[in-house]
Amino acid sequence: MNDFIFFFNQVIIGGAVLGSIYALGAIGVTLIFGILRFAHFAHGDMMTMGAFFAFVLAGLFAGMGIVTPVPTGFLVLPIAMVIAAAAAVGIDKGFYAPLRARGARPVTLLIASIGVTMMIQGLIRLFFGVETRTFFATEPKGLIRIELPFEGVTRPISFTEPQVYLIVLTLIAVVALHVFLTRSRLGKGMRAMADNPDLAQVSGINTRLVVRVTWIIAGGLACMAGTMLALDVTLKPDLAFNIILPIFAAAIVGGLGQAYGAIAGGFLIGFAETLAVFNWSVLLRPFRDSLPEWFEIPGSLSLVQSEYKLTVAFIILVVVLLVRPTGIFKGAST
Amino acid sequence: MSLVELRDVTAGYGGAPILNGVNIEIDASDIGVIVGPNGAGKSTTLKAIFGLLTVTSGTVTFADKNITNSDADRLVPLGLSFVPQEHNVFTSMSVHENLEMGAFIRRDDISDTLDEVYEMFPDLKAKRRQHAGELSGGQRQMVAMGRALMSKPKLLMLDEPSAGLSPRYMMEIFEQVVKINARGVGILMVEQNARQALGFATKGFVLANGQNRFTGTGQQLLDDPDVAKSFLGG
Repeated sequence: MNDFIFFFNQVIIGGAVLGSIYALGAIGVTLIFGILRFAHFAHGDMMTMGAFFAFVLAGLFAGMGIVTPVPTGFLVLPIAMVIAAAAAVGIDKGFYAPLRARGARPVTLLIASIGVTMMIQGLIRLFFGVETRTFFATEPKGLIRIELPFEGVTRPISFTEPQVYLIVLTLIAVVALHVFLTRSRLGKGMRAMADNPDLAQVSGINTRLVVRVTWIIAGGLACMAGTMLALDVTLKPDLAFNIILPIFAAAIVGGLGQAYGAIAGGFLIGFAETLAVFNWSVLLRPFRDSLPEWFEIPGSLSLVQSEYKLTVAFIILVVVLLVRPTGIFKGAST
Repeated sequence: MSLVELRDVTAGYGGAPILNGVNIEIDASDIGVIVGPNGAGKSTTLKAIFGLLTVTSGTVTFADKNITNSDADRLVPLGLSFVPQEHNVFTSMSVHENLEMGAFIRRDDISDTLDEVYEMFPDLKAKRRQHAGELSGGQRQMVAMGRALMSKPKLLMLDEPSAGLSPRYMMEIFEQVVKINARGVGILMVEQNARQALGFATKGFVLANGQNRFTGTGQQLLDDPDVAKSFLGG
């Protein structure tokens, strides 16, 4: 039983946490692709940038002596998201919009976004240096343990306080996005533009406004994902750059342009990664006695070593693209 | 005062012009039909009015306002509406949502207009929750026309609304065009089924090689032996 709790802590909680981060990042990637038809490579760095906004704000709050039961990183999150959304709109106005106005092709915009990646990372290193930081320098990271009332169970179900907030906030964000896309006039306009940009324009949909709203949502969610990732682990300048590839894999697996696909893809890849690096011999140990004599349980029995975790996303990506070239939710094939 | 007027319009996609001095004039009470052989510039004429390509000389006037080379999203609030020939519905959205998108520019209550459109096309009311991509060609055309009517246009432009439709749907679409016109909406449409369309047109324009060849009432064009021989298949 202890071994199953270990499995639960490692895989279920770990997968949900990782899946939430991937899903929030992939929603932004997929929305930007749906509206502007280019792969926004700098999305990971927008996440990191948002995390640094939150970090600075948290420092200010701590400096002012504001202490609440909520971890300060989550307290400042709404403000950081607003700043990050404004920054995302600014980046679009400054770098991508002028290119679009000249009729740049998607590949040009992709290259431009690689430039934005380097710019954001450079700026972060310039202002904050390269060291690893933590949101929990001045306050403790709450740990929640649930002891199960079964005989012989000594290991509790355990997770951290930020992980609870992370999963709850992701759920709220996903529901809010769903309501926005299906109920509001602008949200429907966004779907219309992703579906058929020419017809959206002919219908009189304000495409400039839709583009702006897309960046606001993508930037806000990126900040949320980056901050929560930094709260779960630590904050460093290449925080989310390291996970941009699984995020893209999640968006593509879900079907590019499909917001729900991005959510599904994010959790699929999140859980697949934690399952793949899990040490399965832990689960075999309870059956030690019923296994044949010649079978010796190895010390480590994981499908993939954690250093190669990234390959999992690509195996899933390749398999999904072979079976369903447009992704699970039938997105754009380009 | 004419509703829309094209005066000596030359237009193209950057290369050689496709329109070489087209003149068209439509009143709010008119059903204007543009006919002509392939490549005559029929669809291009509609696109030039709607600012979807560059007018290099000549003027487009709508209700006494010069709208030459205006952006499409500025024209809809003025009262122009356009149904493209292809890809004219949002396939991943429901019929109802398609209609709502047609009313995107409106901030007032759209339920009356929705009721009108559903009354006009009862098929759509039954399928209002279905994705437009799942509908038949004729029903899609109804969604496309309904969408265009949701902005309460003064001028409705249709690019080959009967293309690829069965005769039953073609007749239904044409009947609705006449009804829409009777409510005071000017119509300008391009049609391949020239005989049927000219039958109810108050104004007909025969284009060839990007220029006006014949202009008259629908009946005049049908009766003209030259038009009949060259453009209506004898």
